[in-house]
Amino acid sequence: MSGTNPELILEVRDLTMHFPVPGKRIDGKRPVVHAVDGVSFSIRRGHTLGLVGESGCGKSTCARTIIRIYDPTSGQIKLDGQNIENLTQAQLKPLRQKMQMIFQDPYASLNARMTVRDIVAEPLAAHGIGTERERTERVHEMLAKVGLSKEHANRYAHEFSGGQRQRVGISRALILHPELVICDEPISALDVSIQAQVVNLLKDIQDEWGITYLFIAHDLSMVRYVSDDVGVMYLGKLVELADSDEIYAHPLHPYTQGLLASIPVPSPRLARQKEEVSIEGDIPSPIAPPTGCRFHTRCRYAQPICSQEEPVMRDVGGGHQVACHLCK
Amino acid sequence: MEPILEVKDLHTNFYTSNGVVQAVRGVSFSLEKGEILGIVGESGSGKSVTCMSILQLLSNTARVTQGEVHFQGKNLVTLNKKEIRQIRGGKISMVFQDPMSSLNPLMRIGEQIGEMIREHNRGMSKKEVEAEVVRLMGLVRIPEPEKRLRSFPHEFSGGMRQRVMIAMALACQPDVLIADEPTTALDVTIQDQILKLMRSLQKEFQRSVIFITHDLGVVAELCSRVIVMYGGLIMEEALIDDLFEHPAHPYTMGLLRSIPGASQDRSQRLVPIPGSPPDMLNPPKGCPFVHRCPYARNICAQELPPYTQLDATHRSMCWLLSPDAPADNNPFKEVREN
Repeated sequence: MSGTNPELILEVRDLTMHFPVPGKRIDGKRPVVHAVDGVSFSIRRGHTLGLVGESGCGKSTCARTIIRIYDPTSGQIKLDGQNIENLTQAQLKPLRQKMQMIFQDPYASLNARMTVRDIVAEPLAAHGIGTERERTERVHEMLAKVGLSKEHANRYAHEFSGGQRQRVGISRALILHPELVICDEPISALDVSIQAQVVNLLKDIQDEWGITYLFIAHDLSMVRYVSDDVGVMYLGKLVELADSDEIYAHPLHPYTQGLLASIPVPSPRLARQKEEVSIEGDIPSPIAPPTGCRFHTRCRYAQPICSQEEPVMRDVGGGHQVACHLCK
Repeated sequence: MEPILEVKDLHTNFYTSNGVVQAVRGVSFSLEKGEILGIVGESGSGKSVTCMSILQLLSNTARVTQGEVHFQGKNLVTLNKKEIRQIRGGKISMVFQDPMSSLNPLMRIGEQIGEMIREHNRGMSKKEVEAEVVRLMGLVRIPEPEKRLRSFPHEFSGGMRQRVMIAMALACQPDVLIADEPTTALDVTIQDQILKLMRSLQKEFQRSVIFITHDLGVVAELCSRVIVMYGGLIMEEALIDDLFEHPAHPYTMGLLRSIPGASQDRSQRLVPIPGSPPDMLNPPKGCPFVHRCPYARNICAQELPPYTQLDATHRSMCWLLSPDAPADNNPFKEVREN
């Protein structure tokens, strides 16, 4: 990576995360789960990149590796111009103010024995910011921002509904005014009528503070709505990356096409007109991923070359990148 | 069309240490022969409890306090344990949300499906049962059924396990199939495969299906008629096209507005339903949606609205549809005048 583009808050190059499979040895070698395999992308400041794919495609692992919950096997992660892939946890600590995470399950990710005030103030305490009184003040401000009141601060997580809990989770992630927030399926556990509340909240805060989001979800219609750019992952690989309107209007990779076609359309009239281009079969094992293009085992257009040679990401014009032998 | 299953004024309560939770508060509907009826609602709306009540699958803390369920000349609510077992799995069967916890991890797939067949067809030989298992597995499009019937559940993917559950549910050729969020735990691509399977099975065998879901997209693709539940009550019931094109309840309208459509402009904000669902320990006296409804008036908090029949197949429970509702700020003004 030569030079630094100040426009980019996050640059990921050839990020790879392999997990050893415990206990087993095949031919003297320890098999590994190829969770993330050579993924590259970047996010511009104040923008949102959506990552989509089936479960097991590596989108969550990718996020967790970027925020350094895991130590990457190889590759580079550049946060705000600084390489962070080899930093120790102690070196990372000051940088954590710049990147925070919102988790999927608002039931499991909040400590049941802590009040909302303590949950939201914990990042401040961890970084030694302010006195107790100042922290409480900031917690109250933050809660007001996400649509909760001061009175909520002294309650415990179990007293809240799913949507309110997720607001608490968002407060905790945002109280340090991070520049990059990784949202790992932040709305998947919520009811439909509540999802829109949380999405609007995330968008409002982004407009006001200029935060950057890496937004991971499997609900493709919500991702399209939230994101400026969308990346599609399959079995540890990024297979397509483009502007969100572009990728939904002109998906090029057969996997993206199938994935989009399988979204149920909330309109009976359109549902009846829908073309049948769905994907057959299940996602193969990431321990021994298929050779060549990893999607060739399920691809309806697969050619001999697809199983022999791995396609590389190419720009097909206007920043639309795709990794497929058949896309010209 | 004649109804195969009729639910009349069903009430189900849960008795908890905090008090009585009124999960279902007077639900009536009928299921026609050969149709797929969707029941939509958020968590806690009572959609699953309604169906569990039909088959007496409720936990010990719950009781049906009032109402009838008519099926083939019997009232299912009054049947004893032995009688309901004859119905369950045999005449009415159910597919649950989580296929992993619904299967026995220590039993081979083929045995589990076979168990279902033997339970309702005593005297079938081992060979006949196995042949039937293979036929069922083929029916739900499990590849190489002769081989896969010796597999254990953990060797199957989520989508394949859900196919096994559907095969088990179909084992005794039930007249009614109740599917409780069968695709919620699955990826969209696998969900699409399962929905396709359900559609083709319905076409082939003319089964009557109750499909419970929270996903309006799934309803639009699969069902012919929909019931929208909220706060233990049916808010609106309509044919699928009517519900999406002419919703006649503020809750339905809110639901439709809070999902981004395929052509949703990104600069345009989503319109969420404010607030959160009612506490069913103390449900509001009037309409359960009153605190979240943009059109709520005094009467809405006071009294439960009656059903207004908009046409033969479309009914809605809302004060805005009553003849004396005000004309201004009324989204259903034209509906009412027709």
